[in-house]
Amino acid sequence: MAKYKVSFPQLGNYYVPLEVLFTEGLGVEYIIPPPITKRTLEIGSRYSPDSVCAPFKYTLGNFIETIEAGANTLVQAGGVCRLGYYGELDEQILRDLGYEVRFVNLAKAQISKPYTFYNYFKEINPDLSLNKIAQILPVALQMVQYIDEFEDYIRKNIGFEEEQGSFTSVHQDFLAELRQVRTKQELKKTYHKYGKYLKEIKVQIPQNPLRVGIVGEYYTIMEPFSNHYMEKELAQMGIVVDRWMNVTNSLLHRPQKKDKERIKHYAKYNMGATSMFTIDKALEFAKKGYDGIIHVKSSGCTPEIDAMPVLQNISADYKIPVLYFSFDSQTSDIGIQTRLEAFYDMIMMRKEN
Amino acid sequence: MKIGIPKGLLYYRYSYLWKTFFDELDIDYIISPDTNKAIMDKGLGYAIDEACLSSKIYLGHVEYLIGKCDYILVPRISNYGSEGTVCTKFQAIYDIVQNTFRDRGIKLLHYNIDYKNLEIEMNAFLKMGKFLGKRKSAAMRAYYLAKQAEKTARIMDEKHQEQLLNEDKIKILLFAHDYNIFDKHIGKPIIDYLNEMGAVPIIGDLADKKSALAKSVEISDTLPWKYSKELVGSIALYRERVDGIILISSFNCGPDSLVNEIIIRRVKNKPILNLTVDGQEGSAGMETRLESFLDIIKFKKDDYRG
Repeated sequence: MAKYKVSFPQLGNYYVPLEVLFTEGLGVEYIIPPPITKRTLEIGSRYSPDSVCAPFKYTLGNFIETIEAGANTLVQAGGVCRLGYYGELDEQILRDLGYEVRFVNLAKAQISKPYTFYNYFKEINPDLSLNKIAQILPVALQMVQYIDEFEDYIRKNIGFEEEQGSFTSVHQDFLAELRQVRTKQELKKTYHKYGKYLKEIKVQIPQNPLRVGIVGEYYTIMEPFSNHYMEKELAQMGIVVDRWMNVTNSLLHRPQKKDKERIKHYAKYNMGATSMFTIDKALEFAKKGYDGIIHVKSSGCTPEIDAMPVLQNISADYKIPVLYFSFDSQTSDIGIQTRLEAFYDMIMMRKEN
Repeated sequence: MKIGIPKGLLYYRYSYLWKTFFDELDIDYIISPDTNKAIMDKGLGYAIDEACLSSKIYLGHVEYLIGKCDYILVPRISNYGSEGTVCTKFQAIYDIVQNTFRDRGIKLLHYNIDYKNLEIEMNAFLKMGKFLGKRKSAAMRAYYLAKQAEKTARIMDEKHQEQLLNEDKIKILLFAHDYNIFDKHIGKPIIDYLNEMGAVPIIGDLADKKSALAKSVEISDTLPWKYSKELVGSIALYRERVDGIILISSFNCGPDSLVNEIIIRRVKNKPILNLTVDGQEGSAGMETRLESFLDIIKFKKDDYRG
């Protein structure tokens, strides 16, 4: 096979550190996955089993789009729910469609044995240098954390910017510059520079703004298209949006069993995949007196469905409204808008009373 | 003291083990009746809409037992170590039940299987024995005898199935989780209908589990879920000896949504019917589909025989 052109399905803005990691660390060309659009979902749905969860459809559709964009090597993650089986089916479907691509299924590597990952990437690039990876990996990981930190700040403030578009513009420039970064020093410099720009943006946050916490399933919560840009909608209503779930918090600084202790009144066991985080954070938002919680997930997401009876109890115990969203390929923008507006009216009225 | 055992989900896999264990320790228990419309409707009412049909039915069984016993046995299973994980439903069902019925004064028996954290099956039974006020040696003995009973029952089932496989009739492999295929309301009508039509239903779940696990990699090598692996392995074991395969899934089954697709794409030399049971439809639609599937198989068979 010719030169390796690698891609990994789009998720939020993590393509930036992935690009740095792949090009610098693995020495391969990285094809930035096209942004998730309606077309992604259409293609994905066409070739996916009907009843599979939406993230499968999105990632399959996005794989096909990256192939169209020139990728010849695809990487798929593993995971603790259905995600752990995505890769094998993705590969089979793509083969049946006649795509001749190399497929790296990380579900075959074991997290407990890091060198199995190394072996997989060695397949992509036989000249792989551990040294180079060791140099760039910390940069990429730190980049993930900076991006998450940035976006967390934006979520909480963008609804109150004096000049429309200020946050988005700084955010875009920040991401563009990060793509050029290759060392820790450069990374720090870029982070401080844009951090300053970010803090300089004028915001008018009222004394006691509405605060909404978002919890839910990994993909749908992090890929804005798949939740119909809900966070943006909420911000435009003048709401402080808080969301804990991102790669930094869930993967890089995973809470070590503390969440289990905090939620033991509601769940004795780990209920699987992201459900612990969902319950833990919902409880935290409830205790902190947030005005509402929004639970987002793809339709049929089992671990998150299983967390719902718990959320209902938290809602009852702390008198905090919870709005449930379940997205599939049929979900309409209007329906979401209507429910969000009704939710807004409700929490607004509660606050005034 | 009386234990309640819901007749759903893992009941069908473990009933011999549980019943013998309690019998040996002289502990009274009550099992909820076969699934009927009333139980199912109760479950549908309590469950989250999107939950899989099997877990909804389970909640109906739990509800039936509330007030009729002291403790209800709702096993929590996380993984079987190297043999695989399970659908997250089994990780969560204990807490789902607890949260769904928390205002009904429900008390559950502690039963947790998590091989990766050294909670092996025997530990779960010893802990249960201790909780029920039995001496460790007594619980150990009961568990040992229960394992024997379980093994005997499985061998009998396999032997019986082996006989069926040798019959000179149309044989259909039913790829279905035990809690679906053995459920009176869900799977039994399918088995009955096939028998009525003169076909022999072969139950994938009754295949020897060890061989099935080992064989499953011939069809799929990254399957994470033990129960799905066993079923996929049953296809690898039986495919040359059956005339067709029916994939029976309960509505909104997470693992099946992916596994069925792999099977349809990879098992090419047998007719496959994909049947999703939602518990609501009448039997007519299902019978029509089964009938035409059997017709296809008969045509094929006649062709081969000339």
